Amino acid sequence: MTKAAEPSAGADPILALSGLTRRFQSGGGFLRPARSMTAVRDLDLTVARGDCVGVVGESGCGKSTLARLAMRLIEPSAGRILFEGADVTHIRGRRLRALRKKLQMVFQDPYASLDPRYTVRDCLEEPFRALGEKVPAGRVEQLLDQVGLPRAFAGNYPHQMSGGQRQRVGIARALAYRPDLIVLDEPTASLDVSIQAQIIALLQDLQRQHGLTYLFISHDLGLVRYFCSRIVVMYLGSVVEVLEDPQAAPAHPYTAALMASSFTPDPTARATIAPMEGEIPSPFALPPGCPFAPRCPRALDRCRSAYPPTVPTARGRVACFNPIEA
Amino acid sequence: MLLEVKDLSLSIGILRLLDRVSFAVDRGQVLGLVGESGSGKSLTALALTGLVRRIGGVVTGGVILFDGQDLAGLPEPALRRLRGKRIAFITQNPMSALDALKTIGDQVDQVARLHLGLSRRAARARTVEILTRLRIPDAAQVARAYPHQLSGGMKQRVVIAMALAADAELIIADEPTTALDVTVQAQIVMILADLVRQRQIGLILITHDMGVVAQICDLVCVLYAGRVAESGPVETLFAAPRHPYSAALIGCIPREGMAPGALKGIPGGVPSAAAYGDACCRFAERCPRADALCRRTRPPERIEGGMTVACHHPLPLLSAAPEVAR
Amino acid sequence: MTAAAPRPGLLPAVLRSAPVLAFTSWKGAIAGSFLLLLILGALLAPWLTPYEYDVQNLPGAFQPPSLAHPMGTDEFGRDLLTRILYGARTSLSVSGVAIAISLFCGMVLGASAGYLGGRFDRAVMVVVDLTWAFPEILVALMLVAIIGPGTTGTLVAICVAYLAQFTRLTRAQVMSLKSETFVEAARGMGASGTAILFRHLLPNCLGPVLVAGMLATGDAIILEATLGFFGLGAQPPTPSWGGMMSSGSGLLFKGPWIILFPGLCIALTVVAINLFGDALLHKLDIRERVRSA
Repeated sequence: MTKAAEPSAGADPILALSGLTRRFQSGGGFLRPARSMTAVRDLDLTVARGDCVGVVGESGCGKSTLARLAMRLIEPSAGRILFEGADVTHIRGRRLRALRKKLQMVFQDPYASLDPRYTVRDCLEEPFRALGEKVPAGRVEQLLDQVGLPRAFAGNYPHQMSGGQRQRVGIARALAYRPDLIVLDEPTASLDVSIQAQIIALLQDLQRQHGLTYLFISHDLGLVRYFCSRIVVMYLGSVVEVLEDPQAAPAHPYTAALMASSFTPDPTARATIAPMEGEIPSPFALPPGCPFAPRCPRALDRCRSAYPPTVPTARGRVACFNPIEA
Repeated sequence: MLLEVKDLSLSIGILRLLDRVSFAVDRGQVLGLVGESGSGKSLTALALTGLVRRIGGVVTGGVILFDGQDLAGLPEPALRRLRGKRIAFITQNPMSALDALKTIGDQVDQVARLHLGLSRRAARARTVEILTRLRIPDAAQVARAYPHQLSGGMKQRVVIAMALAADAELIIADEPTTALDVTVQAQIVMILADLVRQRQIGLILITHDMGVVAQICDLVCVLYAGRVAESGPVETLFAAPRHPYSAALIGCIPREGMAPGALKGIPGGVPSAAAYGDACCRFAERCPRADALCRRTRPPERIEGGMTVACHHPLPLLSAAPEVAR
Repeated sequence: MTAAAPRPGLLPAVLRSAPVLAFTSWKGAIAGSFLLLLILGALLAPWLTPYEYDVQNLPGAFQPPSLAHPMGTDEFGRDLLTRILYGARTSLSVSGVAIAISLFCGMVLGASAGYLGGRFDRAVMVVVDLTWAFPEILVALMLVAIIGPGTTGTLVAICVAYLAQFTRLTRAQVMSLKSETFVEAARGMGASGTAILFRHLLPNCLGPVLVAGMLATGDAIILEATLGFFGLGAQPPTPSWGGMMSSGSGLLFKGPWIILFPGLCIALTVVAINLFGDALLHKLDIRERVRSA
């Protein structure tokens, strides 16, 4: 497989993933062999400092696995993770704990990601206690101010707060050590649109104030195009397209289909094109060749037999034998 | 009019959850019921079919005229005959509507046999025909499958097929696409839109997604905290929302070419039913246009330019730029 | 709601106050008061009654309940109420201590098996499932046969008999909590395995496990009484409820009160423990606690 080198988007990559692969085993037992699936396959990605990279895809595309790999919450089956130029793929112990201060995560479900027995104060002190450090005086109040929660909330339990408030606590917790990079795993997917917009506005403010870098995982292309400065589109474990400009027209048929599937809030601009047929195949039984070929309106014979190489385009890079011309 | 709801009020215990809600939908029309969670959307759907009685809800005022018959006063056995036959439900999670132990065909057949008195063979033929029309490939095969063998999008189509099996005249769909992937959501939305036009069904679509509303609805009814904020034709609402809440909701959707920071969200959250004020505008706490009058007096409903709006200080008629979403 | 919230630890403030809150429901109040009275009675027995539990008074044998002897006297003329109060000391302390030890060991075993998984988990579960396969009474009888009858034997027997139950429960709780997002979040913050176990997993499974322990104490009182009935429990002249029922069983027609009152005590205590456990379970739910606080 030939690959276009991932352009070093900006001079100072904070996170660089190369050839990252993660396989999972499932089932298996008496008289039945275990099945294996590749959740993330040979993925290359660099995140420049101060950037906001959006990873978008539907269920089973491997975007959550990617987040957990980047966070070193699960181990990769192959590939390398470089953080600020240092190889952190297999570090453990003290070095891993030091990495945790610079690399934090916000989870999708703000209810499940907070211990129900912890008050807001406990949640915000946990990052310090987890590393055996003293909680700086006034830090909890400072964090609450930063995410726009009243200081009186410090004594509240998660169940006393709304989803949006809980997610603000999740964000404050990620900010505790003033990290460089925050992985945002669908932080607004379980919130109302009105609250989603609040949270996105907060994340933008925080990024500006603290010079943060985001890796934003989402299923909502419209949101990613608004929020991120670079878009990575994934389908069944592979990156199918990278768009350096979020407003650029897509080259991959799947990106185009995703775009056509998100309805704009304007009744005069109703989509007239027929939505893409079929659904995502099971990752345990991938078709040979390009995994998108069975649903692709532009598929060629070649797509069903060989995996398309990643080639650079004017707008980024794309893994497709028959990309849409600009 | 297929369904006309006039001044519907509903209480559970001491909580007044719906307060004089009015809307109407005719055959061949799609009405969108929109609002954040906690605005009373799903409760309205339950009230329409009397299912709300099972959770202790009592209709305290108003009428629900379905084909000229008032459902609010109808006894349970009569309602039960209507449900499933003339009025069908589509829930958010298709799995909750399907019996995991019966084949798809048996479940769809059952509806036709029960309500139309068809024979086993005729019912199955009809089932296969309906499934085919919903663009399910290899429908005869799918009819023999069990729910767990189908994907989420397929299951949702089967639930729609059950609604069609008895020739329902009114379909109430409660967030029918929220649990589905983006591309599949687009398919289901298109299928529903086609059905309404072709078979002259009335569809009440409960959703929080203004994109979906703009895509398929003819009429919109914006609910806030158990009251109607604004209702009318979809084009008018999106072109010039009069109620600050509708404007803010539309402003929460990221759009092509939106400037960074343009997405603000709506500050605060929906009040809980226990905190509903009576003699005031319930949106006043979150509204940029609110003044003392809004906190003192319930806004009267005014009908202007085809829209019904309940606001003391509505946005100007036909102003292209929604002021609150600035 | 105060701003200065308690530190989460193995024993958060929630648990310290939950038994108190259990009294706020009718069930909990009645059952709890009964248990409190019983414990007080057992503790203050020497001061509450003018009689000794082991001094025989043969002329005064088989007296039916009267003002002087509210529960009558037994075949040796000993005051039954006195013996029931002293018997409560044996019954309550043996079953209570046995369950406490069993609970502690079960939690340590179950939590480490559930958290570590792998070979250790499989080894623990084989042993646990083996004991689980036999009824508690059988396990207890076997152990008493080995150790010999008496208080110590009973204690060890009860302890081992209930170990499997607590181990399984804790393990199941820990295993389901282990995959929660907040545990993943804690790992993402750099928390060590021990920290996660003690700060997140154990506090969250403490509630259900403690209630199971409470309910098992009821069972253990019956088990202790059964062993006593067979003459394998506390040895005479130390009174125990089971032993008293045993000696009363042959005198059912001569002095029915001799078997009636210990039996009634066992039944009421077990019912009270179960009711209180129920109320406790309800109040241990953090949501419920914050609402009523």
